[in-house]
Amino acid sequence: MKTVTDANESSWNLIIKPKGKLFDFNFKDLWEYRDLLVLLVRRDIVTVYKQTLLGFFWFIIPPVLNALTYVIIFGMFAKVPTGSDNLILFYLCGVISWGYFADCINRTSSTFRANASIFGKVYFPRLIVPLSSVLSALVKFFVQFAFLLVVMAYFGLTGSAPNIQWHLIWALPIVLLLMALSGMAIGLIISSLTTKYRDLSNIVPFAVQFLMYATPVIYPYTFFPENLRWIFDWNPLSPMIEIFRHLLMGSDRFNLLQLGGSAFFTAVLMVIGLILFSRTERNFMDTV
Amino acid sequence: MKTVVHVDHVSKMFRLGDVGSSTLTEDIRALFHKISGRSNPHQMNAELNDRISAGSSDYVWALKDINFEVKEGEIVGLVGRNGAGKSTLLKILSRTTAPTSGQIKIRGKVASLLEVGTGFHPDLSGRDNIYLNGTILGMRRAEIRSKFDQIVEFAGVQRYIDTPVKRYSSGMYVRLAFAVAAHLDPDILIIDEVLAVGDAEFQAKCLGKMKEVSDQGRTVLFVSHNMGAVADLCTRAIMLKQGAQFMDGDTDDVIRAYVKQNMNTGLKDQSALNDPTVRRGNGVVRYEHIEMLNSSDEKTNEFKQGDKVIVKMVVRVNEDINELLASVSLRSGRTRDVITSTGRNVVSNGPFKAGQTLQLTYEFNALPLRPGVYETYFWLGDNRAETAFDVVDNLLAPLVVNIPEGTNSLHVIGYFDLPFTFEQKLF
Repeated sequence: MKTVTDANESSWNLIIKPKGKLFDFNFKDLWEYRDLLVLLVRRDIVTVYKQTLLGFFWFIIPPVLNALTYVIIFGMFAKVPTGSDNLILFYLCGVISWGYFADCINRTSSTFRANASIFGKVYFPRLIVPLSSVLSALVKFFVQFAFLLVVMAYFGLTGSAPNIQWHLIWALPIVLLLMALSGMAIGLIISSLTTKYRDLSNIVPFAVQFLMYATPVIYPYTFFPENLRWIFDWNPLSPMIEIFRHLLMGSDRFNLLQLGGSAFFTAVLMVIGLILFSRTERNFMDTV
Repeated sequence: MKTVVHVDHVSKMFRLGDVGSSTLTEDIRALFHKISGRSNPHQMNAELNDRISAGSSDYVWALKDINFEVKEGEIVGLVGRNGAGKSTLLKILSRTTAPTSGQIKIRGKVASLLEVGTGFHPDLSGRDNIYLNGTILGMRRAEIRSKFDQIVEFAGVQRYIDTPVKRYSSGMYVRLAFAVAAHLDPDILIIDEVLAVGDAEFQAKCLGKMKEVSDQGRTVLFVSHNMGAVADLCTRAIMLKQGAQFMDGDTDDVIRAYVKQNMNTGLKDQSALNDPTVRRGNGVVRYEHIEMLNSSDEKTNEFKQGDKVIVKMVVRVNEDINELLASVSLRSGRTRDVITSTGRNVVSNGPFKAGQTLQLTYEFNALPLRPGVYETYFWLGDNRAETAFDVVDNLLAPLVVNIPEGTNSLHVIGYFDLPFTFEQKLF
């Protein structure tokens, strides 16, 4: 009987094994479950503002309120120089682009713990969940971005047109992609490390906030004293925010070399994130 | 027959206790051992899983060297007491956790039902949840679309299909969840008995679905400690004991062995009674102790047709009450009450004060049951049987009516023995 089994060895379509190789991802499996990805994104979008009167406007209201706070406190009271004459646009660009990155980290970092009840009962490629988080954050970002375009159009009509860098606009999708991937990669790493020891998840909100101050989000690169600017130069997130703002309103800097550095950093983080994630997903139910 | 599931030397180790700073120390030590090429020191200390006696190692084998093959179309029951490793094996088979060593090979599309309604979102409508749950279970959207009407009809929720499921009654919710699972069409169905909690109609539906799947020539792995249901459904059974494979064979033989195993411990081991997680009811009155005795006052769960069965229960009153109804049922399969005491409304008249303990005794004279395995079901509640104080369902060893000498099958048709006369006339 043993020989019969062995002869048909190739016809097994599923083999369950202990911890596999270092980088053990079944991308075909991931593709099989693409419908689930779509439905999870849909769930995230539809349910967040169910039973609210303002519905979709809640995608826009928080960044607007945040930007207004910054305009009043940093712009009007503290008079932080922004290097731009359009304060509202400056802060709105910063808040929206950083908001997307922070959203990606926050949502993906709780992947295992938030979904433990589902993961414990049914198998599906676990990577679907962080992917869906990044995509639903992207939908939210697009709504905010569309709103940003409306604000820019308003300034255009009232005579203070933003200085859009049309010749560099090709870099916009690249920046967005980098933000999504780096946010997801950091989220994957955090989610994998927090299944056993939860300490890290308590630090995440502070770390994200700290990271924001180490990135030129609510002030420009030039705001920092020169002997501290190396923080921005070495922070791979800076170019993403700076380029985003440069493309839309001509402020800040555009540096191709730094963009390349960010891409490299994102790739490294992603590989680490995927390795940790694939190691965690196989056994996390035993310790979560 | 093709082999569709091949479990090959599968083991699974668990760490007991809390995860804390001591775990970190151990992890670091294990890491050093790994780097220096030695094997995990904790793995070598791991013990077999015996939940009652305290062990010296923090690591136990929840499963140790499990080997079996399942052929296409077989219905295999995985049996064993609580903690025997059934659920762990089920989790590995359904890929929610990985084995520590060994491997499992599977041929065909697998659906594992450890729960129904996984991923249901309360704010989404029934329609949205059907799609979401269906895709989580591995269906494609087009497949769900083509079965959508059948699913809705099966669940009987046509009218509510666009209402958020949080407004569903709990019955509707479970029916909808089960309807999705019932339309999975897998080659291999792995199903957990805990799925069969819920009302009698729902349990019957679950078992019916399993029968249907197997009638179509597909393979079912059924995890249970309900001997009645296993005897009803399975053609073969595998018994686990403390994480090791104890027996693999014909259902009748395995059940016999299981019952023998539990005879010594089953009735004495009341540890399940002290486990609050498996208890239902509001706790106004709780069972403290339950035992079955034969006519010579010996504890046993084995009887012969016609024997006297004495059920002695000690209950503790936790809140003041006036009346108490204690019911004892014997069940065959999962849901069918074969004998129940409820109908006769034996109400104990109080008042009873909180803190009091009372002993209730039922005597069934001349057990009319045919040979078989009957699960016990104990119920405590108010005098109109509306509120349940405590329910002990399937926690104790089943009652076994032994086969008379000279007969060799457990499958005797029918439940009861009715005295009759017979006459034959030839014209």
